[in-house]
Amino acid sequence: MVITTAPTILVDARDITVAYDRPGGGHVVVLDHIDLQIRAGEILAILGPSGSGKSTFLRVLAGLLRPATGEVLYRGRPLDGPNPGVAMVFQTFALFPWLTVLENVELGLSASGRTPEERSQRALQVIDLIGLDGFESAFPKELSGGMRQRVGFARALAIQPDILLMDEPFSALDALTAENLRTDLLELWLQRRFPTRAIVIVTHSIEEAVFMADRIIVFATDPARIVEEIRPETPHWRDRQSPQFQQLVEKVYALLTGDRVRHLAHAKPLIPRLPDAPVGLITGLIEMVQDQGGHADLAEVGAELHFDVNELLPAVEAVELLGFAVARAGNLELTDEGRAFAEATVQGKKEIFRRALLRSIAPAREIMVQLEQREDHRMPADTYLDVLERHFSFEEARRQLDTLIGWGRYAEAYSYDELTGDLFLEPVGEQATSAPAQGE
Amino acid sequence: MIRYPETKLSRPHQSWAADALVLGAAAAAFYVLLAVAPKELRRVAPSVTVNLHPAALPGYALLSFLRMCAGYVLSLLFTLVVGYAAARNKAARRIIIPSLDILQSLPVLSFLPAVLLAMIALFPRQTIGLELGSILLVFSGMVWNMAFSFYHSLVTIPEELMEAARAFRLSWWQRFTSLELPAGAIGLVWNSMLSWAGGWFFLMATESFSLGKQSFTLPGLGSYLSVAANNGDFPAILRGLGTLVAMIIALDQLVWRPLIAWSERFKMELSESQEVPTSRVLDLLRHSTLLPWARRQIQAASALTQRRRPLPDGAQRPSLSPASVRLEPAFSRAMTGLGLAAIAWGTVSLVRMIAGVSPGQWIAIGKGSAATVLRVEIALAISLAWSVPAGVAIGLRPRLAQIAQPIAQIAASVPATAVFPILLLILLRLGGGLSIASILLMLLGTQWYVLFNAIAGAIALPRDLQEAAALMKLRGWMRWRELILPGIFPHLVTGGITAQGGAFNASIVSEYVVFEGKTLQTIGLGALISASANSGDYHLLAAATVAMGTIVILINRLFWRRAVRLAEERYHL
Repeated sequence: MVITTAPTILVDARDITVAYDRPGGGHVVVLDHIDLQIRAGEILAILGPSGSGKSTFLRVLAGLLRPATGEVLYRGRPLDGPNPGVAMVFQTFALFPWLTVLENVELGLSASGRTPEERSQRALQVIDLIGLDGFESAFPKELSGGMRQRVGFARALAIQPDILLMDEPFSALDALTAENLRTDLLELWLQRRFPTRAIVIVTHSIEEAVFMADRIIVFATDPARIVEEIRPETPHWRDRQSPQFQQLVEKVYALLTGDRVRHLAHAKPLIPRLPDAPVGLITGLIEMVQDQGGHADLAEVGAELHFDVNELLPAVEAVELLGFAVARAGNLELTDEGRAFAEATVQGKKEIFRRALLRSIAPAREIMVQLEQREDHRMPADTYLDVLERHFSFEEARRQLDTLIGWGRYAEAYSYDELTGDLFLEPVGEQATSAPAQGE
Repeated sequence: MIRYPETKLSRPHQSWAADALVLGAAAAAFYVLLAVAPKELRRVAPSVTVNLHPAALPGYALLSFLRMCAGYVLSLLFTLVVGYAAARNKAARRIIIPSLDILQSLPVLSFLPAVLLAMIALFPRQTIGLELGSILLVFSGMVWNMAFSFYHSLVTIPEELMEAARAFRLSWWQRFTSLELPAGAIGLVWNSMLSWAGGWFFLMATESFSLGKQSFTLPGLGSYLSVAANNGDFPAILRGLGTLVAMIIALDQLVWRPLIAWSERFKMELSESQEVPTSRVLDLLRHSTLLPWARRQIQAASALTQRRRPLPDGAQRPSLSPASVRLEPAFSRAMTGLGLAAIAWGTVSLVRMIAGVSPGQWIAIGKGSAATVLRVEIALAISLAWSVPAGVAIGLRPRLAQIAQPIAQIAASVPATAVFPILLLILLRLGGGLSIASILLMLLGTQWYVLFNAIAGAIALPRDLQEAAALMKLRGWMRWRELILPGIFPHLVTGGITAQGGAFNASIVSEYVVFEGKTLQTIGLGALISASANSGDYHLLAAATVAMGTIVILINRLFWRRAVRLAEERYHL
């Protein structure tokens, strides 16, 4: 490689904004003025909490989604429709179940205008390259998850794309299979066994990003913005046990659990977005931190629970929102109330939770007030859903309501009738005697 | 990827405006039918004599079969075009989905007299009119569930597969043949099979339909059976029925079983299922050289169409999205306006026509409605009473189910309308009014749906729930109340809806019969429809038909829709 000239810019995304109209008027901004270039020779990883719009951004790069503002240039030319220089690998593999391995790979080539003979020859070459030989005539359902994703890779590589886009390609696989496939891909890439010039990988695994990428882009949520660009300087293959590697993982972890990524959303806290954390996860996290003396390293907690940061984050956010703990620089520290909660009995926990809920979560308080004002202490949940829909997308509003119901039930603050779809207050007097330990 | 408001789309919005529009369109179409219907019946109906000789049977069977094929081909074309349009075009969806929803619940046979009369008027003294009318009714009995199924398959294709098709820049045709059609295959095959079973019902009714002294006869198995029954010729009845059953079994074994086994490969899910439908015939075909040969021919043909010049690097094929083929707004607005005006005109005309109905006739319609609804519900209750216990007993015993299910399936697809004349012959000889007889006739058309669904529900009852119930010593009524009835509830709702629709259809042909030259009728809406068509009182015919449609839609909306929601939300296993 000649180092003296700057690497070619393959894809240039300029000022990309994506927004969806909300049914009741207004809109939700998913991507907010993002600029990003993809250069020849690099593996670029995009990291961010779930719902941060990283997959949406990948689809903008692929030309599958037209941004509201801004444009994507491929080799200097603006896109109109699917990007001709990319191929894509999907999280769920997106294989056609009724086609054999060979047919699936050939299908990717069908828009290339080659003769059937050429297509099948090229497909067979890639199938060999990716380690699928012998499985040409198998159907996807006969293969294991790892082998299926290999078909996904073969289909993408067969068209010899300039840029390979990967949307969480390993997250549907078990850890060992994922590692295996990751290493195989990296090896083929480092040995230049396929002519692709850049790889973009969307992931929520910090280790994966630090292991593979030449450049890591960190997205913040609500709406997605680029908050940080990190360049792991160590050459491949990187040693996961090395202090540099560990430090970088810690750094990214702190970044993702830190205020810059998460709390941008709460700059406009009309109604805070509740994290999608079931009560069981919240109590579990608090007790675990308490066992470690009241403060714990989040990366370690995640590792112990076999949770990646994406699964852990909602619980962390929830305990912070409820005032049970404070997250600082990748550490979680319990507050006095958090400690009291951890030590309390089953019924005591519920009371502490109830206090915290009604103090800190405005929507829960609002529901209580409205229910108390009504004569029969009942109201359709849809009434409150309408309120939520003014602030959130349709699906997010549902999720918010589910969380509110789950937390409220555990706290015995209010209850929910699945059949009628009503929120209601349990008649006074029954509250103290109702069954213990629900929701755990 | 964000998939937001689109998720709402699989469940169509219930808007009364859309309903009103669809009902208006149906009313307008109905008015047009009546407007062209002849005023004087006797002179225009063609006459055909039916030969009861055994040698004539194969010919009649072939004719019936061809009519079914014609109706089916129309249905398939309609399904592909309309189902696709509804799934891929928002504006089209807003009209199509409510239309299908209403049209599928209308009792098709209530339009039988009007359709046949109109067709005869258009083609006087020729059987072609009757043929077209018969095919049209078969079509309208077959098409709705197929279109729904295809639409549903299209909108439930996983988003990532659609994205893969776009990312790999498949052409519209490639996407259709390699993704959308395969995704719809299983649903289309199953629903085609159901549609054929339903189609026989309408075919038998249309091949021999009598009003007063006038019979509308098409040469076919339906008319053969009806003439044989009319003559009391038992050997001919047995021959006719035998031929019909043989044809249904042959189709089942030679067409549907192989197709179902074959379509198994189009399953969306990626896990291998334990029980895979099999077909000996398909195995045979797979081992013969015929299939590979046919496939090679098809591949060669499609390769010809696909050999295109390669694109220069970086060039893009122009994308043909639905948005780019949008009509000129002014033109489409003008068309919409015209359509609305036509619907309004038709509805108003029909209402004016109905306004000509005398108070006495309205009372008759009221009485008839009550009698028919009562009969339908009695038939439904009897069906439930015997076939739920029987179905559960069969379904809970896998080995019994293996034997009984195919038999029930075949019994269900023997059209009740074919057996009507024969049952009638027996019932009338035994003595007993048509009022009771027509309930029995309805029962014949409805009980199988309930039995069928009860078996399916019992088979689907999870093993662990059964075991838990056994460990908790749930027995007798408790076991039914806590386990079986809730468990099979969703299936019973499906069976109930189908059965009720079938019973209303049956009322048209069972409340008014011409037998051995005599017209027999009882009080009922079905009888009113047939009788008014016979006497040429089109005001009453319009009012009675509209009444039946309204009743069925109201029952569906007010009762069955709630039951469906309950089944989905509470009793979904």
